[in-house]
Amino acid sequence: MSPGTQGRRTPGADLPDHPDRLWRSAEPRRAYDVVIVGGGGHGLATAYYLAKNHGITDVAVLERGWLAGGNMARNTTIIRSNYLWDESAGIYEHALKLWEGLEEDLGYPLLFSQRGVLNLAHSLQDVRDSVRRVNANRLNGVDAEWLTPEQVKEVCPIVDVSPDVRYPVLGGTYQPRAGIAKHDYVAWGFAKAAADLGVDMIEHCEVTGLDVRDGRVTGVQTTRGPIAAKRVALAAAGHSSVVAGHAGVSLPLQSHPLQALVSELLEPVHPTVVMSNAVHVYVSQAHKGELVMGAGIDAANSYRQRGAFHIIERQMSAALELFPVFARAHVLRTWGGVVDVTPDASPIVGLTPVEDLYVNCGWGTGGFKATPGVGWCFAHTVATGEPHPLNAPFSLERFTTGKLVDEHGAAAVAH
Amino acid sequence: MLLIPCPWCGPRDEAEFHYGGQAHVAYPEEPAALSDEEWARYLFFRDNPKGLFAERWSHAAGCRRWFNAVRDTATNEVHAVYRVGEPRPVIA
Repeated sequence: MSPGTQGRRTPGADLPDHPDRLWRSAEPRRAYDVVIVGGGGHGLATAYYLAKNHGITDVAVLERGWLAGGNMARNTTIIRSNYLWDESAGIYEHALKLWEGLEEDLGYPLLFSQRGVLNLAHSLQDVRDSVRRVNANRLNGVDAEWLTPEQVKEVCPIVDVSPDVRYPVLGGTYQPRAGIAKHDYVAWGFAKAAADLGVDMIEHCEVTGLDVRDGRVTGVQTTRGPIAAKRVALAAAGHSSVVAGHAGVSLPLQSHPLQALVSELLEPVHPTVVMSNAVHVYVSQAHKGELVMGAGIDAANSYRQRGAFHIIERQMSAALELFPVFARAHVLRTWGGVVDVTPDASPIVGLTPVEDLYVNCGWGTGGFKATPGVGWCFAHTVATGEPHPLNAPFSLERFTTGKLVDEHGAAAVAH
Repeated sequence: MLLIPCPWCGPRDEAEFHYGGQAHVAYPEEPAALSDEEWARYLFFRDNPKGLFAERWSHAAGCRRWFNAVRDTATNEVHAVYRVGEPRPVIA
């Protein structure tokens, strides 16, 4: 461009047109068959399977912020199904099988990469628990292997397996079919596919009340007006207690900040996903090149999407213990999300004491991996009024009957 | 990072404290008399408000004493600290 013509050109006129939007942001209608509260991964997947598996398309997904801007934008994208108990293996393995065909099903790239997950053992008790979990996984048809420290080194050469460190690696479990996906693409893929089937995506619409008449939910109050609904499905993650409280339903949840961080972009150095409960960190390398790591929740209840710096400091020192090569990497950014934690580290998916009101919550620090699986099962629950066999064990009643699904071993730190 | 005013030691960094969850949860006077629902409520259900929350802290790396605080979980602002056994202060 010559200096003489500069003033007459419209800036940006030579740029390509705005690309097509993946979904239309809808105006709320006055009534729907199903209103889903929460436009994160679980809400979007539920909407998609309601439409696809059950033919229910008169559905609105209400999101108080922007679509998939909560924990779906903040997780560390780890996907695996190597949980100890049969109930957990059932729903997480169902999810993993769906992940394996999801790009084709949604017609959208998800960068799903089955690069495997290593769960390291650092004590004799860790080793016993890990081997037990491998055996339990195999009985449930979940791929799992026990690796010696040398085999761990073969899978992930940058792990320090030398015996003279504070917490030596005594081995690890390995699930080759596990991996990562691009979290935003997953949300966009579900949103696009659901919108194509007729689902309304309504953003910046916060639910401020639930209408309950004669023990039955009849609609929701929102910042964009009242919306009647035959059925209401809650998928509000960290805010589940607040939303369910509008209908007088109390849930055994505590909301905590969970933090994660990424490094600057690096050459590919980390070929898999490494998790360590004892040293307290989990690390993978994103497709773009950042090291992505996370650890445990901040101890105090909070709805603030930020946590304390000493938590970050500890997870970075844990990462350095396992990966001395990270010593010169720089942190690019840290962030936090609000996660809803249950007493047994397993989710709550099913019916509530209020008729036609369904709840999906309590995924704590590990809901991303379940996204397609829980969407499938929760949609079944909402469509039929009965829990799917795979989410039946995760009822709210289990806290009264005592039939807990204690996954602290697989979930407390590294979910 | 929270700055928590220990009633004995004054304001200290959150890293010095251990968290104890909801305050004022009394052990049932007659546990054996409780129904399953009541027992579940005592054992597993705690308040989880977005707003003012009375909670327990222990100054684990300081005086090692337990105390209670009223904190806003939406802002993390600590409105009051008080000693165990004292009633929850009313926050305007």
